Amino acid sequence: MKIMNCPLNGPRNISEFVWGGEVRTMPDPNGCTTEEWADYVFLENNTAGIVREWWCHVPTSFWFIAERNTVTDEIIRTYPAGEVFKTRVDFAPRPKTQEGTR
Amino acid sequence: MPLGLLKYGLSSKYPARRHFPPAKDLKRSYDVVIIGGGGHGLAAAYYLARDYGITNVAVLDKGYLAGGNTARNTAIIRSNYLTPEGVRFYEESMRLYRELSEEFSYNILYSVRGHFTLAHTDAAMRTSRWRAEVNKHLGVDSELIYPDDIRKLCPSMNLSDDVRYPILGALYHPPGAIARHDAVAWGYAAGAARRGVEIHQMTEVTGILTENGRVKGVETNRGTIHCNKVLQAVAGSSSLVGKMAGLRLPIRTIPLQACVSVPLKPFLDQIVVSGSLHVYVSQSSRGELVMGGSTDPYALYSTRSTLDFKESLLGHMLELFPFLGEVSVLRQWAGMTDMTPDFSPVMGLTPIENYYIDSGWGTWGFKATPICGRTMADTVATGVAPKLIEPFRLSRFDEFAQVGEKGAASVGH
Ligand SMILES: Cc1cc2nc3c(=O)[nH]c(=O)nc-3n(C[C@H](O)[C@H](O)[C@H](O)COP(=O)(O)OP(=O)(O)OC[C@H]3O[C@@H](n4cnc5c(N)ncnc54)[C@H](O)[C@@H]3O)c2cc1C
Repeated sequence: MKIMNCPLNGPRNISEFVWGGEVRTMPDPNGCTTEEWADYVFLENNTAGIVREWWCHVPTSFWFIAERNTVTDEIIRTYPAGEVFKTRVDFAPRPKTQEGTR
Repeated sequence: MPLGLLKYGLSSKYPARRHFPPAKDLKRSYDVVIIGGGGHGLAAAYYLARDYGITNVAVLDKGYLAGGNTARNTAIIRSNYLTPEGVRFYEESMRLYRELSEEFSYNILYSVRGHFTLAHTDAAMRTSRWRAEVNKHLGVDSELIYPDDIRKLCPSMNLSDDVRYPILGALYHPPGAIARHDAVAWGYAAGAARRGVEIHQMTEVTGILTENGRVKGVETNRGTIHCNKVLQAVAGSSSLVGKMAGLRLPIRTIPLQACVSVPLKPFLDQIVVSGSLHVYVSQSSRGELVMGGSTDPYALYSTRSTLDFKESLLGHMLELFPFLGEVSVLRQWAGMTDMTPDFSPVMGLTPIENYYIDSGWGTWGFKATPICGRTMADTVATGVAPKLIEPFRLSRFDEFAQVGEKGAASVGH
């Protein structure tokens, strides 16, 4: 079986992991346009080559980042998300809506 | 009689039938260029020529004719989908399929088998009931049946409770069928070529030329071609070719693997699908069991095979048909599927004028080959997408108007 190196648990069978798709920056949900939000949610680069992706080691619920070649199926590097996301992302509070209008 | 046969084979009175005219030189310009010589591209070329008299058309394929997913699919044809949009569309495709052998004067081996979608959980029973009602409402033969009925129709299946996931019932679709996929593509190709369409193999599109938001031509490994209209129908390469035209698509390219067993005596009439067990199987006219499951767990532009796939698929096969324990796998392969988030296709117009798309066919597009050809030919000829494919427009994602077919397409294909 293919082996992936989990930054928390070391080398494990690939069947223990779940693929989470491309790493991308989330636009501000309260400030962006509908098209920007649709792009973020649905559209994909779907790159043929080296990509940066989210992966999760399921038994330990540990999410991390992997660099992988989507043509050769080689896993190049895995590392904790903290290497990329240095600052805490604070979500703006949900805009107030009147009860019953949602 | 082998010797008698030899006489026919060598006699000039019975010349070998040529499927296609010999390849011509690539011209500098065409009215329409179709990128992708799979079933979809070839069917579109066929109907463009037959129904609209548009024959100054080139179909370009980077590999050999219909060597992509058209050559790799497991040929299941059905219309028992979940959404009314999907059901109407696939039902029309089945209607066209039934006439194809006669239309081509060439046997596509369309074989009606009956199709089971097994349910092993209460949730799956609910979805089956839902699908049956939507199907019946739209005139599609489809019903929920229980293990006693399944046993009568398919006595070889293991219906015992003594398994990990006992079978509670099934969505039964009597018109479910299989066909010879190569013959479908070759029939369309021969019919299109006979009407003047040029098919160019080993011709890879490497760029799309546009001017003021309108398509002008394509660049290929054999030079530049000018044209008024372009249709892209490249399945697993949809994002790559789309990118050349500046399109961003809601598509992930994910491998789907399949395999066949050694030939066995006929014992399985129906097509059997189980979403919970991630397995589907039918027996071909040669006796091979044609088997597949769900897509690979992550995106990849490759057609490699994995042991994980075979282990999980065959483990589940043995739960359904335990007597196959000693049977070996004969061949295994994979195709690159173009998966969409709602398990419905992306078809019709694009933001680029005269650039049309037929994509997002994922693991379920073989059954749609005739109707895709018809509707895309209509779109290319008139510049307007017909009503039938309107729900599958690319812009539906901006409008948050998806056509959710996951319940009917994820393993069922
Ligand atoms: C294992 C497997 C099982 C399946 N089972 C079923 C099933 O049971 N039922 C069902 O309905 N569907 C099934 N499918 C899905 C079905 O096979 C596809 O959706 C369908 O065949 C797509 O047809 P197509 O003509 O669009 O694509 P393809 O046949 O893949 O044709 C696309 C062509 O485009 C060419 N191309 C790509 N890039 C370029 C370029 N840059 N320039 C020129 N040419 C290019 C390729 O060479 C290829 O020949 C299955 C798929 C797989 C992989």
